[in-house]
Amino acid sequence: MSETTLTTPPTGGSPQISKVSEAIIRIAGNSQDGIQAIGGFLARLAGRSEQEVMTFMTIPATISGGPSIFQVRIGSGEVLSAGDEADVLLAFYQHSYDEHIHSLKKKGIVLYDSDHVQPNQEWTQDYHHVGVPISGLTVEVLGGTAKDKGKNIYALGLLAKMFNLNVPKLTKLIGERFGGKDESILNNALAAFHAGYSYSVGHIVKTFQLMESNRKTGSQVVMNGNEALGYGLIAGGVRFGAGYPITPWSDVMELLRRELPKYGGTFVQCEDEIASISMALGGSYAGRVSVTGSSGPGISLKTEALGWGVMAEMPLIICDIQRGGPSTGMPTSVEQSDLNIAVYGGHGDSPRVVLAPSNVEDCFYTAIEAVNIARKYSVPVIILSDQAIATRIEAFPEPDLEKVVQDISPDLTPVATHKPYDLSALDGITRHAAPGTRIQSGKYPVITGLEHDEMGHPSGSPKVHTQMVAKRRKKLQALAASLPVPAIFGPSEGNVLLVGWGSTEGPIREAVDRARAAGDSVSSIHLRHISPLPPGLENIFSGFNHVFVVEMNDEGLYGYGQLGGLLRARFCDPKIRGLTKTDGLTFKVKEILERAKNNVAQGLNKL
Amino acid sequence: MSETVIDIPSRAGDLTVTPLPDTERKGLTKKEVSADHPTWCPGCGDFSVLALYFKLIEKRKIWHEKITTVAGIGCSSRLPYFVQAHGVHYIHGRALPFASGISLSRPDLHVFVFGGDGDAFSIGGNHVNHTARKNIKMTYVIMDNFVYGLTKQQTSPTSPIGFKSKTDVWGSLDQPINPMKQLIAAGATFVARATATNPNHLLQMMEAAMDHDGFSVIECLSECVEFFEGAFDAANPRKGGVFNAVPADHDVTSEAAAYNLADAAFPGYFGIFYKNSRPTKNANEQKINQTAKEKTKDLAPWQILQQNFAKLK
Repeated sequence: MSETTLTTPPTGGSPQISKVSEAIIRIAGNSQDGIQAIGGFLARLAGRSEQEVMTFMTIPATISGGPSIFQVRIGSGEVLSAGDEADVLLAFYQHSYDEHIHSLKKKGIVLYDSDHVQPNQEWTQDYHHVGVPISGLTVEVLGGTAKDKGKNIYALGLLAKMFNLNVPKLTKLIGERFGGKDESILNNALAAFHAGYSYSVGHIVKTFQLMESNRKTGSQVVMNGNEALGYGLIAGGVRFGAGYPITPWSDVMELLRRELPKYGGTFVQCEDEIASISMALGGSYAGRVSVTGSSGPGISLKTEALGWGVMAEMPLIICDIQRGGPSTGMPTSVEQSDLNIAVYGGHGDSPRVVLAPSNVEDCFYTAIEAVNIARKYSVPVIILSDQAIATRIEAFPEPDLEKVVQDISPDLTPVATHKPYDLSALDGITRHAAPGTRIQSGKYPVITGLEHDEMGHPSGSPKVHTQMVAKRRKKLQALAASLPVPAIFGPSEGNVLLVGWGSTEGPIREAVDRARAAGDSVSSIHLRHISPLPPGLENIFSGFNHVFVVEMNDEGLYGYGQLGGLLRARFCDPKIRGLTKTDGLTFKVKEILERAKNNVAQGLNKL
Repeated sequence: MSETVIDIPSRAGDLTVTPLPDTERKGLTKKEVSADHPTWCPGCGDFSVLALYFKLIEKRKIWHEKITTVAGIGCSSRLPYFVQAHGVHYIHGRALPFASGISLSRPDLHVFVFGGDGDAFSIGGNHVNHTARKNIKMTYVIMDNFVYGLTKQQTSPTSPIGFKSKTDVWGSLDQPINPMKQLIAAGATFVARATATNPNHLLQMMEAAMDHDGFSVIECLSECVEFFEGAFDAANPRKGGVFNAVPADHDVTSEAAAYNLADAAFPGYFGIFYKNSRPTKNANEQKINQTAKEKTKDLAPWQILQQNFAKLK
C-alpha cells in the first residue's frame, strides 16, 4: 500500500488506521468460489466512490473448478495496471496460499482461511499472517447446507472492515446483485457480509482507509473490456452480427445476443466461424455495418471470407479477442500474437484496417471508430482486443451517450447511377449501395470476390487488376494520412522510447513514470491504429536513442515481436528492437523496466 | 477519447428525375432484367434455369431493387452476373450464410440463392443443414449436374457410383448424396425436385418455392454437356426418358412419404416432395424483438444504452 501518508494513533485498543492512496488485493481460490464476485463488488464500489480501479483475473480453462485468482487495484490517483505486487492476499486454500504468497509485497498481509490453510513457518517472518476460520464461521452464520456458498461474501465483509469500506454502498451493491431473486438468498448474503464485517479484527495489526479521490470525474461506469466492446458496437450503430462460441470472445456475442433485440437488432449463433463471418458480411451487404468476432483459431477460419470482404469492399467489424496460440493454445491466457494474422492474414494482397484498444474505456470508443472507418472506407476492420483487457474491470467516466450513440440505418435513397467500384472516386473511396436501392439507370451492381470492373462484373484484364489493387490500397493510405499522430507520454526526446499497443498501455505508462522518477530518460507512445500506421512515427523515433516495442508475443525468428517486425519493415530503423514475452501473463512494470535496462546495456549489436 | 470518423454524406440529391411510384411502374421485361451474356457452354442446362428466373421476375412483377441474387462458386454460381439486379458472387460453399444475413436483416427483399452440387453438398454441406434447421426465409436453387464443371470434370458429391472423372479415372467409388433425403432430414420446410429440361414444371416449382414462407429448396437437374453429357437423358422424354411427376396422392406433409419417393431409382420423381409451415427464424427473431421492444418502445437507442449503464455503476 504505497504512500502511507498518515497514521492515526490507536485509540481504545483498536488497531491503527493508515491512510493509503491505493490498495492491491489479490483473492485466490477456486473458480467456483465466487471470488470474481468479491472482486466485482470491490471494483464497482471503487467506481461509485470516484476512485480508479483495475482488475486482473485468471480462470482455469477447465469447465468447473481449478485454481483462479482475482486481483483488484483501487486507487485515489491514476491506476494504470493491476499492480505487480499485492498488499493483501486473501487465500481460501492451501494451494492459493502456497502459490500466491510470493505475489505479496514483503510485509504484506495474508488473510487466509484457517480451516483450509496451514501457514508455512518460513513465511511468517516475511508476511503478516492473519488466519480467520472463514469456512467455519460462514457455516455458523448460514447453517450447514450453505457450506461453500457465502464464504466469498463473508470474506468481502472482512475486507470491508480491513479497508474501512463504505458499508451502505456495499450492502446496496449486494442488494442489487442478489435482490429480485429468492429473498432468502439476499438475506443470506447480507448475513454473511455483516458477520464478516463484525469479525473481531483485534489481531489484525492495522486497518486502512483509502484516501478520498481528488478527481471529480462525475458519474463513472464499471465494466470489463468485452462489455465495453459490445456496448461500443451498439453505440456505433451495429444491429446485426453473427458468431460462434470461443473463449474469450463468447462474452461479446452473449451480450449482443441479449441486448440487440432491444434495438430491433439480431445476433445469430452460427454453425461455425465461416458461417459467422459470412452471415455478418450478408448483414453488411444488406445495408448496415455488421459484426463478427472470434479468438485465435476462429480468426484463422475466417480469413478466406475476410479476403472477400476486402475484394468486394464490404464494411465489416471483426473482433479478435486474442489468447495464447497457436492452435487451441492457452485459451484463458493473454497474448498479443494475432497482430500478424490481423494485418496480413489472407491470400492475395488484402489490405484491411486493424485497431487495438488500449484499455477498457477505449474498447467502447474503438468500437465506434471501427464502425465509422468501415463505413467510410468500405473495408473490413479488425479490432484486436485480448484476454486481459476483455476480462479486466475498470471504472471510467460514463460516455455522453446522447452524443456518441449514432444511427447508421441503411441509406436506400434512390440514385441516378451507381458504380460500386468507381475508379475515378477520390482516393479510391467508394460506397456500397445496399439492395433495395433503386438505380435509375437500370444498371445494377454485383458485389464480388472475382477481380472486377467498375460495375462488379468479372474482369481478367491486367490493367483492371492493377487499378483495382491500387484502389483498395489507396483508400487505406488516405485513411492513414487522416489519422492523428500518436501522443508521446513523457518528453519528446530522450534515451528510450517504449512503443506499445493494446492492453499493455497501463504497465508501460507506469514503467515510464517509475523510470523517470528514478532519473532515467524514458518516454512511451501507444499505437491504437496498427494498420494502417498513423503518420509521424519517424519524427517521434528520431528523438530517441532506443526504441523498444513492448508486446506479449515471441521475438520471432529474426528477433522482433510482431509489431516490432512491422515497424522495422516500415522504417528500416535498426534502433527499433523488441521487448517481448510469452508467459501468458500481463506485463509487470518491473519486467518492462528490467528488460529495457538490459536492452540498453546490450547496445544496438544484439543481433 | 479517440477521434471518430463521421463524414459520410447522404446520397439524397443525386437524382435527375423523380422515380415513378411503384403503383405506376410496369413489370420488368426480359431485356431489362438481363445483364451480361452468360458464359456457360452452349447446351448447358443452366441457361434454362436463368431463363425461368427471368420469367419469374417478369411474371411476379418484382422490381430490380427488390431482388437479391446470391451465389457461391461454380459454373452455376455465375448466375448473378447475368441478372440486372442487386447481386452477390460470394465464396465457395458459403452463399447460404451470406444470404441468411440479408434475409434476417431485410424482410423487404426477395432472397434467391443459386449454386451447384459442390456448393450445396460438399464444401457447403453443413450450411445447408443449418440453414434448413433454422428455416431462414429464402429460395435456394441447386443446379445439380453430378460433376465439377468449372474445374473440368472431377467427381462431385452427387456423381453416381462408377462415374469416370479426372479424380476417379476408374469410376467414382463413393456413395452419392441423396439431395431430397438430406434436405428433408435437415429440416428444410420446402423440398422440391425439378429438371432444366421441363421449363413449365421448373417455373411452377420456382413460384411455389418463392411463395413458401421459409427455407425453400429446389434441386434442379441441369446437364453439363461438356463433362457429363447425357446424365439426365433418362428424365427427358425428348431423349427417350420419362418425366415422372410426384403422384397426385403424395402427402407432402409426410416426411416418411417423401423419403419413400426419394428412394426411387434414377430418374426418380419431380415435384414437391415435402412441405411444412414451421415458423421461420425470421419470424421467431421478430417475436423476440417485439417482446424486447415493448419494454423500451419510447426510448431512443442512447436511452436504452443508458439504462444498461445505470446498472454498471
